[in-house]
Amino acid sequence: MARLIRTEKEVEGRFEEVWLVVEEDALQQWPAGAREVVGQPATRVDGLERARGEAVYTADLKLPGMLHTAVLRCPYAHARVARIDLTPALARPGVHGAIGPRDIPQLEEECGYQGTAVAAVAADTFEQARAAVAAIEIEWEQLEPVLDPDEAIARKQLVGEPRERSRGDLEAGLAEADIVVEGEYRTQVVLQSSLETHQSVVQWVGDTIEVYTSTQNIWGVREEVSAALEIPGDKVRVVCHYMGGGFGSKNDADDFTFIAIELAKRTARPVRCALTRREENIASGNRNATIQRLTIGAKADGTLTALGGEYVNATGWGGWSTPVEGPMQQLYSCPNVKTTTWGAKINQPPMKPFRAPGFVEGTFGLESLIDVLAGKLDMDPLELRRKNYAGNDPSDDRPYSGKNLMECYRRAEPHWERRHDVRARSTDTVKRGVGMASQVWYGGGGPPSYAWIRVGSDGHATVVTAMQDIGTGSKTAMAQIAAEELGIPLDHVTVTIGDSARGPYASLSAGSSTIPSMGPAVRAAAADAKRQIIEIAAQRFDLEERVLDITVGNVVSADGNLTVPLTEVLGLLESAQILGKGARGPNPTGMTVLTFGVQVAEVAVDVETGEVWVDRIAAIHDVGRVINPLGAESQIEGGIIQGIGHTLSEHRLHDPRTGQILTTGLDAYKLPTIADVPEIVSELIDQPDEHLTNLGSKGLGEPPIIPTAAAIANAIRDATGAEVHELPISREEMLRALKEAKERGRIGAPKEREGHRAPAGV
Amino acid sequence: MPEVNVNGHAYAVHGAVGTTLAEALRDELSLTGTKVACGEGHCGACTVLVDGIPTLSCITLVHAVDGAKVTTIEGLRDHPMVYSFVRADALQCGFCTPGQIISAVALVDSKAAPSTEEIRHAMAGNLCRCGAYPKIEEAIRTWQD
Ligand code: FES
Ligand code: FES
Repeated sequence: MARLIRTEKEVEGRFEEVWLVVEEDALQQWPAGAREVVGQPATRVDGLERARGEAVYTADLKLPGMLHTAVLRCPYAHARVARIDLTPALARPGVHGAIGPRDIPQLEEECGYQGTAVAAVAADTFEQARAAVAAIEIEWEQLEPVLDPDEAIARKQLVGEPRERSRGDLEAGLAEADIVVEGEYRTQVVLQSSLETHQSVVQWVGDTIEVYTSTQNIWGVREEVSAALEIPGDKVRVVCHYMGGGFGSKNDADDFTFIAIELAKRTARPVRCALTRREENIASGNRNATIQRLTIGAKADGTLTALGGEYVNATGWGGWSTPVEGPMQQLYSCPNVKTTTWGAKINQPPMKPFRAPGFVEGTFGLESLIDVLAGKLDMDPLELRRKNYAGNDPSDDRPYSGKNLMECYRRAEPHWERRHDVRARSTDTVKRGVGMASQVWYGGGGPPSYAWIRVGSDGHATVVTAMQDIGTGSKTAMAQIAAEELGIPLDHVTVTIGDSARGPYASLSAGSSTIPSMGPAVRAAAADAKRQIIEIAAQRFDLEERVLDITVGNVVSADGNLTVPLTEVLGLLESAQILGKGARGPNPTGMTVLTFGVQVAEVAVDVETGEVWVDRIAAIHDVGRVINPLGAESQIEGGIIQGIGHTLSEHRLHDPRTGQILTTGLDAYKLPTIADVPEIVSELIDQPDEHLTNLGSKGLGEPPIIPTAAAIANAIRDATGAEVHELPISREEMLRALKEAKERGRIGAPKEREGHRAPAGV
Repeated sequence: MPEVNVNGHAYAVHGAVGTTLAEALRDELSLTGTKVACGEGHCGACTVLVDGIPTLSCITLVHAVDGAKVTTIEGLRDHPMVYSFVRADALQCGFCTPGQIISAVALVDSKAAPSTEEIRHAMAGNLCRCGAYPKIEEAIRTWQD
């Protein structure tokens, strides 16, 4: 039955109170442990077509008569278009249309960042379009950019309201502390760098606009386009069958989609608008830089008494201020916590979510300072973490739906124990050490999400839902869930996704939500189909429904007297089908749904050159039931490798004077390569969250990237005594930290850093 | 008009001077298995074999490979390396994968059982943002299984 509830909805750490129509989730969870299909390693159902190059990505789509677009983007960090003339562009060969400021809201005259879209041209070829854009006559009035986040805040140039979150009394907590540590941490701008750049191909078919787009959010794009064009949602068809990575940056329709739509309207032709890599590195989003000024107070026995944080998100010209304070609020039990988070509006390209936005950065700061505290207390960092374990959600005292972080810590012990051997392998110039960091994040998903399933007389089933698989393997997981519930082999299930006109509403793929949101809906749809099959079998064999079940392709009775192949029952349908439908039920009320984990890193530091190598990372995460252990391992490895890039090499640089972006190519922006990969050991607790849906599964896309930077930084401290305060840990930062450590000696209090400021309220 | 043999078929390519091999393959011959992720030689997504040598097709002019034998992922659809990548889960989004497989095939053509060091050396020019690297290494180690 449909039910209307008032509930909190969370995506990427942003909460909204909404009305929601949900359906009851009546299915019992399967018992813990691997089953026939679910919990077994499965290769990707679409692996072969992707590996063979047969999968058609948005980038590969070629519609008859399709035009190509080039976009004129602002070359300055802050400027105004003084004069623009598109006529010379329109006169160029192959050109079919050109649009400029005020033609659509996405083309702007006032440019707050380098890369702001100003004008666009559609032509027969991309080269023609590009030449035409170069022919546009334009005069700029350059404006002074604001680039320093602290200055932006002083000027009250903010993105969103400052966010203050407080419990207890921070000052009282500091007063009762035996020891107080402080630190300022900074993280850099990094780029999502999906290999398929942001792009759309659009065409009008009658009064319907078809949008083929590289997206994590089919239904979000549909809603945005429908609202902007003021046409019904069903007149917008959004399609994404295969997607070349997004990592959080592809949740919106964005300028390129609206440029293509407008040019398609004007030219009556299908239009592609695709970002080049150089545009991608500037104008497609980024993980924004942060400044974190942190204070921790603790008793001599390690009990935390106070946590204070002043956080600055340098969000750029737009976007939103990420929950960088989240780990401080939610990781540890501590009665007195106060955080303030500002979003600084500076003349840099707007942020977009990037794999656990805010929590990656916030965990680096908090977990680094926790280890500084452990050092001062002469306490084992693992013990310190256990000591301050939060049994209930410390931010609002609600119980967790499921939390196995203690078990993660227990399983981390053998990896942590290795530190004695690792350190012993140090030489005069190469120091080795081990560090750890904890992880907390969302990942519970939520309603609404729907799936359909059809089962044919041949015993094969097709799951139909308009979700997307952005490369995480969610399509494979859905096939496993349906096969398990229907009692049929995995290769008897096909999954059809990626088309808003060919399937029901589905969750976006962000916030680690695809499996926890879609999985229960798919299981419910399969259960609905199974119920109907059993109804038919009961009538056919004159048995009661309750004694019948389907296992490994057979309809069986509880007493074992009946075993008939499923196809014999379904054969009665001839070419008709059984249709099942399912919905995602509500999240448990009054409970906090989170994911947890811990990582242990082993590093080597060359103290003469400042070079850092990561030798090994052990990752133990708790994300409820694991559907596909093979795909899960890939997610963990991928997250850690991105985390290593974030920690050691990736840095989108800009000229501090002009704001000009300096790392616009993949030569200058250093992504990790296969040669940078350490040994990675991954473990999952694989305990279903008993309160969460009919599966007990949470998302795993984001958790693995969260603790990596802090674990590496802590391993560096363990190896050398040096305290790194900035990402990336470049050789300069490493040598600075080594020098500072040498000055203060390996024992004794860390020196106050210059420019250090106390957090708000201290 | 350059003539190129692609996957065993001879083609006369019409593209203007300045057309890259990637453009000729993707736009003119509709062989879109070869991906372009940067267009300037920095990522390896566009790797194809030119006379057996792994080559970045986005920075190779089609007129420069006149008379050459080009192998793209479409020409390797039943190569054991393709199955090995699927078996090892050596792909996530799959956008880098055709280029990875081409580089991997070139490597094992020159040495059937390369060492980890050799794999890392040969594959370092193929970026994978999803971070499928450990599984790519495994796929190359186990391709003959
Ligand atoms: S597309 Fe050719 S190297 Fe990147
Ligand atoms: S699998 Fe996505 S870039 Fe390699």
